[in-house]
Amino acid sequence: MERDLVIIGGGPAGLAAAIEAKKNGIDDILILERDKRLGGILQQCIHNGFGLHVFKEQLTGPEYAQRFIDEVEKLGIEYKLESMVLHLGEDKKIIALNPKDGLFEIEAKAVVLAMGCRERTRGALNIPGSRPAGVFTAGAAQRFVNMEGYMVGKKVVILGSGDIGLIMARRMTLEGAEVKMVVELMPYSTGLKRNIVQCLEDFDIPLLFNHTVTKIHGKERVEGVTIAKVDDKRQPIEGTELFVECDTLLLSVGLIPENELTREAKIEINPVTNGAYVNELMETSIEGIFACGNVVHVHDLVDFVTQESFLAGYGAAKYIKGEKSNSANKFKTKGLNGIRYVVPNIIHPENVKDAVNFYMRVSDVYHNVNLIVKDGDKVLYKSRKNHVSPGEMENVKLSKDILQKVEGDELVFELEEVAI
Amino acid sequence: MFDVAIIGAGIVGTSIARELSKYDLSCVVIEKSNDVSNGSTKANSGIVHAGYDAKEGTLKAKFNVLGSEMYEKICEELDVPYKRNGSLVLAFNDDDLRHIEMLYERGLKNGVKELSIIDKNTVLSLEPNIQDNVVGALYAKTGAIVSPFELAIALAENANENGVEFMFSTTVTNIYKENDVFNIETNNGKFKSRYLVNAAGLFSDEINDMLGGEKFKIIPRRGEYCLFDKSVGNIVTRTIFQTPSNKGKGILVSPTVHGNLFVGPNAIEMDKKDDVSTTKKGIEEILKGGSRSVKNINPRDIITSFAGIRATSDTGDFVINVPTKNAVNAAGIESPGLTASVAIAPYVVSLLENEGLRLTLKNNFIKHRTNTKLFIQMTDDEKKLALSSNSAYGRIICRCEHITEGDIINAIKRPLGARTVDGVKRRVRAGMGRCQGGFCMPRVVEILSRELNIPMTEILKSEEGSYILTGRTK
Ligand SMILES: Cc1cc2nc3c(=O)[nH]c(=O)nc-3n(C[C@H](O)[C@H](O)[C@H](O)COP(=O)(O)OP(=O)(O)OC[C@H]3O[C@@H](n4cnc5c(N)ncnc54)[C@H](O)[C@@H]3O)c2cc1C
Ligand SMILES: Cc1cc2nc3c(=O)[nH]c(=O)nc-3n(C[C@H](O)[C@H](O)[C@H](O)COP(=O)(O)OP(=O)(O)OC[C@H]3O[C@@H](n4cnc5c(N)ncnc54)[C@H](O)[C@@H]3O)c2cc1C
Repeated sequence: MERDLVIIGGGPAGLAAAIEAKKNGIDDILILERDKRLGGILQQCIHNGFGLHVFKEQLTGPEYAQRFIDEVEKLGIEYKLESMVLHLGEDKKIIALNPKDGLFEIEAKAVVLAMGCRERTRGALNIPGSRPAGVFTAGAAQRFVNMEGYMVGKKVVILGSGDIGLIMARRMTLEGAEVKMVVELMPYSTGLKRNIVQCLEDFDIPLLFNHTVTKIHGKERVEGVTIAKVDDKRQPIEGTELFVECDTLLLSVGLIPENELTREAKIEINPVTNGAYVNELMETSIEGIFACGNVVHVHDLVDFVTQESFLAGYGAAKYIKGEKSNSANKFKTKGLNGIRYVVPNIIHPENVKDAVNFYMRVSDVYHNVNLIVKDGDKVLYKSRKNHVSPGEMENVKLSKDILQKVEGDELVFELEEVAI
Repeated sequence: MFDVAIIGAGIVGTSIARELSKYDLSCVVIEKSNDVSNGSTKANSGIVHAGYDAKEGTLKAKFNVLGSEMYEKICEELDVPYKRNGSLVLAFNDDDLRHIEMLYERGLKNGVKELSIIDKNTVLSLEPNIQDNVVGALYAKTGAIVSPFELAIALAENANENGVEFMFSTTVTNIYKENDVFNIETNNGKFKSRYLVNAAGLFSDEINDMLGGEKFKIIPRRGEYCLFDKSVGNIVTRTIFQTPSNKGKGILVSPTVHGNLFVGPNAIEMDKKDDVSTTKKGIEEILKGGSRSVKNINPRDIITSFAGIRATSDTGDFVINVPTKNAVNAAGIESPGLTASVAIAPYVVSLLENEGLRLTLKNNFIKHRTNTKLFIQMTDDEKKLALSSNSAYGRIICRCEHITEGDIINAIKRPLGARTVDGVKRRVRAGMGRCQGGFCMPRVVEILSRELNIPMTEILKSEEGSYILTGRTK
């Protein structure tokens, strides 16, 4: 089968990309989604807090997703559910599998990668101890609780203060479990401030910074964990161990973009984000393969995913219609002095519609800094920040006008201390 | 009344069960766990040792070499992943060189074929990721790797298809003889048999005591491992051993039959027989040890850590004897026990025959297992056929290993099928990949509940008590 545009993943990223491509004149679009429904991870996020930027209102995850699903239906965009893409070639050949069609092959003119991300597990942290039941990634627990209606435990310790862990602390408490504490390795949370307030503080759940779980106890089911304070190299300090009795350990220790297919297609991957390097149209190192959403870099707000994904859809449409400029005029972006990464990584100013939204994360907590963007010595942008944290993504919007005037071959994003 | 009762469903018990299932006999395997292979057999190095390690003249040496020669055929009959990848014992100094020469000589005496000593350049051309300070190695071309739990499960399935009964969740607590019949008391009622085999691994000394055999003691020794992602599974293609020294036996680095890489084990004497927890110190020790042999071992690529316990007998060798009339011990089977087990089985059967067990070969023995292929391993035509018989083959459940719902249903419906999440994992690898079940575990619980028709809340991770869910939400 041949298709103009195939979108891998029907989460918010894939849906937004499909909608925008359709609006830009592409009719032959197919979304492939491995789950039983569209909407991605949002379907299990039944709490409020989605859409403040895009819709200016508070929606639940499924409500936010539904707006896009409705739009996809209205525009008549085709999708296949329970359809897992198993292989992606450099030549944009896709092999997928579903119960209805079995194995099928598609030759696509353009592809959008929107596979989202997965959770880091206990193994990745290498937590010593026994291997009983009762250790869950927060997302797996969330699926059991929100989608299947089952509780995963009664006395809970949560490792990691990522958003899913925070949300689950509240959810488990509301379901009658005792959430004993959230233990965070770093001196700050990677979760959103509002989630710390609404999910922990409102329920008097302690959040222990600079702590980690050093051992899991229990033969068949978790019986407790040992926690310990860590030093500034994040190593447990001997003598600070404390046994905490619990039957459940939830892990909310980070997300990893799901890039098996990206790697298979030999697309260049940024080791910092674990996602593909992309340009101003969210195009990867292979022409005609675009990527957006959590598969590129992990977002905390779905609204930014949506914005980024509209761009990927627009880019894919331009590519298919042959309107994308391939001029040699381009420059790279780079994060320095406290900026851990910047997306996108390469800019061809001609292809920019009106402006580019640059997304970035800082590497530590900083107070009273300027976020500046420099072309050589020339400062193109400066914004004062009272507080920045790795848990909250920063964004800088630069107009096409500014971007066209960049002279160097690198645009540098950095933090600058403000003397007070 | 059974002709033969076998205590223990590890690799030793299941090998013996399959061997006995070739004859017209009624046999039962009594296992305290709820599945096959939940003892030492589930967590070990999975190496089919060539046979140069054990001292000449020992049972270890004899059955290791014999077993190693028998492996390929058995794995082929039962369709179990096995790979003759060869192994290297590295030498880093003159002492080591002398030691590998000794191993070479010993290997020759034990009857190991295709052994050679190779120099530094040959080592590095075979395995470019070996540390540059290597000076030479013993190369055993017959060294191989296998999936130990898959083999034990396959042996049990095949034995079961050929008529052997399996009693799970049944712990032998006492044995007494009455009119030449063994009365085997368990938490699950009393069993009677005319002959008895003790293959109880770590607890084989206790069973031997019940039988009144000559005393020996099992000393549990734990070994810890780190398992690495498939993306680094090809750092080495052979199994890389270190020369044993006064500091210990050395840490090995090896690919697995499924393309992962592992590093381990250490050896810690324990006072408990069931503590398979890992320790920070142990993991650091094996990672450091592994890096002595092989470059580019990055802890970031670890997907899980685990530990297993060796059943070391204080006699220094396997204990294979007759503790009392009509009974046979296959006890204290520590490394190279996985390798040796397939050769120990026919020997144990011959000891039973000596005791008077009448052996008549069956004419309807089923040698091969059927329907063993995973969907991803099938040819295009087989895939089409599988899909037309059950569309569940089109639904991927484990995204890391590409295991379909059809594969999981098959694992549950097979003879002695999976009843737990770990049982599914060991049969078809769902949950063994890089996300370690983060994605598929909830789905596997659902499928188990549906197919076995038991409530979700009763689905276990592994042993009794390892419940996953605590109840319904409000
Ligand atoms: C628990 C949790 C809480 C959150 N809370 C908030 C919040 O309060 N406010 C907010 O704004 N944002 C929140 N977010 C963030 C937001 O939900 C995500 O950023 C957003 O869902 C990412 O969209 P995506 O489309 O990139 O990824 P996903 O939503 O993960 O979608 C990816 C899709 O791709 C599919 N897929 C993957 N691989 C394949 C393949 N090989 N073949 C076919 N299909 C495939 C997946 O099944 C999935 O449906 C939260 C996220 C989580 C996980
Ligand atoms: C760290 C480590 C690494 C190893 N590496 C290798 C290797 O690379 N190559 C190799 O060849 N060998 C290796 N071995 C050795 C190999 O794993 C063992 O020799 C083999 O698994 C022993 O099998 P078994 O059947 O005797 O014991 P087990 O697998 O322990 O089986 C015994 C069974 O008996 C059951 N049982 C015990 N008591 C009772 C009772 N009272 N009633 C009912 N049932 C009972 C137990 O539940 C258990 O299932 C290694 C071992 C370890 C621990």
